[in-house]
Parts: sequence; C-alpha cells; structure tokens
Amino acid sequence: MIERKIRVLIAKPGLDGHDRGAKVIARALRDAGMEVIYTGLRQTPEMIAEAALQEDVDAVGISILSGAHMVLVPRVLDLLRANGQEGVCVFVGGIIPENDVPSLINAGVAQVYGPGTPTTQVVEDITRAVLQQAQV
Amino acid sequence: MNVEHDLVESVVAGKRLPLARLLTLVENNAPEGLAALDQLFPHTGRAHLIGVTGSPGSGKSSLVNQIALALRNPPSGKAARSVAIVAVDPTSPFTGGAVLGDRVRMRDLAGDPGIYIRSMASRGALGGLARATTGVVQALDAAGFDVVLVETVGAGQAEVDIARLAHTTLVIEAPGMGDDIQAIKAGILEIADILVINKADHPGVDSTVRALRAMLELGHPTHLHNPVASGTPLWIPPVLQTIATQSEGIADLVEAIDRHTAYLHTTGAWQARDRSRLQTELEQLVQVELNNNWRASVPPEFIQETLAQVETRQISPYQAAKLLTHPLPELHPG
Ligand code: B12
Ligand SMILES: Nc1nc2c(ncn2[C@@H]2O[C@H](COP(=O)(O)OP(=O)(O)OP(=O)(O)O)[C@@H](O)[C@H]2O)c(=O)[nH]1
Ligand SMILES: [Mg+2]
Repeated sequence: MIERKIRVLIAKPGLDGHDRGAKVIARALRDAGMEVIYTGLRQTPEMIAEAALQEDVDAVGISILSGAHMVLVPRVLDLLRANGQEGVCVFVGGIIPENDVPSLINAGVAQVYGPGTPTTQVVEDITRAVLQQAQV
Repeated sequence: MNVEHDLVESVVAGKRLPLARLLTLVENNAPEGLAALDQLFPHTGRAHLIGVTGSPGSGKSSLVNQIALALRNPPSGKAARSVAIVAVDPTSPFTGGAVLGDRVRMRDLAGDPGIYIRSMASRGALGGLARATTGVVQALDAAGFDVVLVETVGAGQAEVDIARLAHTTLVIEAPGMGDDIQAIKAGILEIADILVINKADHPGVDSTVRALRAMLELGHPTHLHNPVASGTPLWIPPVLQTIATQSEGIADLVEAIDRHTAYLHTTGAWQARDRSRLQTELEQLVQVELNNNWRASVPPEFIQETLAQVETRQISPYQAAKLLTHPLPELHPG
C-alpha cells in the first residue's frame, strides 16, 4: 500500500529569533497530517537548501520577522533551483511589508502571509499547491 | 529504458537528489522504490550500521552530531568516514502528522558533502523505528556511506528492533535515573553494546555509572548480543560518560565503537548479525506476503460466517483459524 505524506521544511533564516510563528505553523501542519521538518533558528540559505534536498520536501516554509526577507528569500529560491528542486513550493510568512510582496511572488514564492493569518488558510494553500505540483 | 535502472545508477554513483527521491519512494512503499531496492541490494552490506537509542531528551541527537563530527574529522593518520544519519521521530497517532526536530541538534554538520541527514516519521510503527527504516538504511548503504547512524524514537524502553538492525547499538541515558534503573536495566542491558551516560555535567553521574556497571558485572544475557559459538571472547558493554554539548568524552566513545567493530570482525559476529538480521527481515516479509495472499484468496463472506460461528460459540477461535487456513484455498486467478 502506498502511503504518501506531504513533507514540509519550516526554516528560520538569518539572525531573527522570533520563532513563535514558525512553531505555530509547524504544529498546524502536523495537525493537518503533514510531516514537518523543523531545523531551528539561524539557518543560512545554504543550510535551508541542503536540508530541503536531503529531506526531499514538497514545500519549504520560511518565517522571517527581521526585515531581511529581500536578501534571504531569493537566495533560497536560487539554491533550490540550482539543486534541481524548482518544483518545491516556497511559502513565506512573518513581517513582510506590502510593497515587497509582488517582487517575492515574482521571484517564485507561492504565497506570503502576515500576522494574524489563520493557520487553516496556510494548510489549505500548501495542500493545494503541493497536489497541483504533483500533477505536472 | 527503465526508470529504476537510472535511479539505481545515480544512487550508486553518489548523486544526492536521486538518493533523496529514492528514500521518499521507499518510505512511501511505492513499487518503483521497492524495485530499485531489489537492484541496489547487491551493493549493500558494506556500511557499519550504528543504532542510537535511549530515553527521550537524553541527548541522542546531540551525540549523533558529535559522533558524526568526530568521524568526519579523525585524528591524523586515520581516514575520514562518510556518514548518513537517519533520525526517527514519532508520528502523532491522532493526526498522522509529525514534527521532526532532530536536525536542530545537527547544525554543525551542515555544508559537509560527506554527511547526509534524513528525518523519518515513525508512521504508526511501534518499537522506535518506522516500517521503512530498514529499506532506507539499505539505500544509504548502497549509496556508499561508510557509517549509517540510526536515531530511534526516544521511548526509554528496550528497542529490540534497532538492536536487530544495527551492528553496534548505543544506549544513551542521562544521570539521575534513580529507581528507574531497575525498570530499564532488563531491556537496555540486553540490547546495549555500549552504554553512554550523557549529560555527565549533571549531578548523579557517578552513582548512575556505578549502578549500571554493577548490573553488568552480575552477568548479562548474551544470546541476542553474541550469536556466536561459545568459546569466543564475550563483549562486555563498556559504560562511558559524555557531555555532548561540550564535545566531552566523544573520542573515547568513537574508540569504543571501533573496538566493538573489531570485535565483531574477529569473532565472526558481524556475519552472524548480518545473517540474523536478514533472517528476521525475510520472515517478516514472508508473513506479510502470506497474509496478503490469504486475504486475497478467502471470500470475505466466508470469514464473516466463520466469525459468526465463533461468536455464537459453535466453534472455538482455534478451530476457526484452522478452517480458514487449512488447506490454503487456491488463489483466484487474476
Ligand atoms: C513576540 C515578539 C518578540 C519576542 C519573540 C519571542 C519568540 N521566541 O518568538 C521577543 C521579545 C524575544 C522579541 C524580540 C525582538 N523583537 Co519582536 N516582536 C514580537 C511581536 C510582538 C509578536 C511576534 C509574534 O510572536 N507573533 C505571534 C506569531 C504567531 O505571529 P507571526 O510570527 O506573525 O506568525 C504568523 C504569520 O506571520 C504567519 N507566519 C509566520 N511565519 C510563517 C511561516 C510560514 C511558512 C507561513 C506559511 C506563515 C507564517 O503565520 C503565523 C500565524 O498567523 C512582534 C510584533 C507583531 N505584532 O508581530 C514584534 C516584532 C516582530 N519584533 C520586532 C523587533 C524589532 C524585535 C527586536 C529586534 C527588538 C530589540 N530591539 O531588541 C528583538 C529581536 C529578537 C531577535 N533575536 O530576533 C519588530 C520587527 C520590525 C521589523 N521586522 O521591521 C516587530 C514587528 C515589532 C515592531 N512593530 O517593531 N520580539
Ligand atoms: N547539560 C547538558 N545538556 C545536554 C547534553 N546533551 C544534550 N543536552 C541537551 O538536552 C536536550 C535534548 O537533547 P537532544 O540531543 O535533542 O536529545 P534526544 O535524546 O535526541 O531527544 P529526543 O529525540 O527528543 O528524544 C537539548 O536541549 C540538548 O542541548 C549534555 O551533555 N549536557
Ligand atoms: Mg533527538
């Protein structure tokens, strides 16, 4: 019997110590039946891409509240592509100014979430994106 | 052209993305994954499989991190060994999901191409491993890693499954177990090749070590451990102290692992363990196969009718089982 599970890496890049949001999301995804790999704080984009590869995840969720998203997120996307993981869906959450959202989406991020996002929304979006990706 | 063949070639050649995808296929019990494992099997049998088990929070992941660092950076004159790590965490029985957090303690290993870390959820299996862990370990063995470290779910009980899978089993405990020692000794002394008291910076280390040594001297069961003819030297599990967070005691631990490896080779226990592991695996697979065949061959109504007869006490469960299995009915064609 094939038993497929959605695998998601939840990462906190940079020196940002705000980890409540990442943990809330990790737990919500687990409660939705996903397998969540949590790597802890202070990850470099290289560490995130390496973990995404070794764990063969379907999605990467990046939580940033420090303001460094415009540097860190595109770097992660580049590394994922360089590793042949362009099919991995990338989600970003935290404190992301409205103005930065379009360029993140342009760079390849699937969706950006701010404070107060209901976790049910995140679960729904990730599930849909991963299933869609599996069909291409 | 077949896909498995390409996958197998890439994995044996040490390519990372194909290996990662293969591990997922194996974990999901997908037919392509199992077919690839068939072809990879001749490439297995080389890696040293080391199990790491022990109570929750005793420092298994921190020690795995330290052991891997030591194997990657050996003292001069010794060769570095490549290391794969399989870290198993529990699946929630309520939601089927899991948070796999062992990597948090292994950040020192990032960026090293001689390291591969894979997290696994137990997916309902009891006994500290996932059902697919054996297959995942086989794939990593075939991919050419010198050492495969397997961290079990922290259950604090005798993890017989890991002792069967591994050549060398480390049991990690923290000091201050007090009365618990009595409870755990039976199990851990049977499976431990090396006992590690981690968190030696905490109080109570000496008494914990003393208590464990005393139990070991009382004589420990040797059947599971030493499946070799009597007359060969016995392996008495050493009791070591470490402080994983300060890299203390790690060199001694790695030295003990190497001594155990040498012991396995000189006594023939390496082959004996290999054989008994394969035998267990084979028997389990045969059981699954037989069970599947049986289910496919017996009409569900027949099972229901028989069950009804048991319920109404016309026949015993034992008679019912005989009725349902003897003679094994013909398989339905197609
Ligand atoms: C709590 C808090 C702290 C706590 C953090 C505790 C912890 N372990 O997390 C403490 C007190 C330690 C702290 C410290 C600091 N903080 Co502070 N902190 C906050 C505060 C008030 C709430 C953050 C929080 O936990 N929210 C609750 C969680 C659940 O919400 P969330 O993280 O937003 O997550 C939700 C969504 O964003 C989204 N999401 C988040 N991540 C992800 C990931 C994925 C994959 C997905 C899908 C969704 C998602 O879903 C979540 C659920 O809805 C915010 C202000 C605010 N209202 O956001 C400031 C805030 C983030 N902090 C700020 C600052 C400046 C700091 C300090 C630098 C202050 C200082 N000068 O020392 C330090 C830095 C600490 C460090 N090392 O990084 C600023 C950041 C400014 C900026 N980015 O431009 C903020 C915005 C306050 C402000 N208005 O100035 N902080
Ligand atoms: N003081 C002290 N703390 C330690 C030591 N080793 C590990 N720790 C800490 O103990 C906690 C648990 O360590 P882990 O390595 O995650 O333990 P584990 O056995 O893998 O835990 P599970 O996988 O959850 O069962 C962490 O906070 C570590 O930093 C040690 O030698 N001394
Ligand atoms: Mg652990």
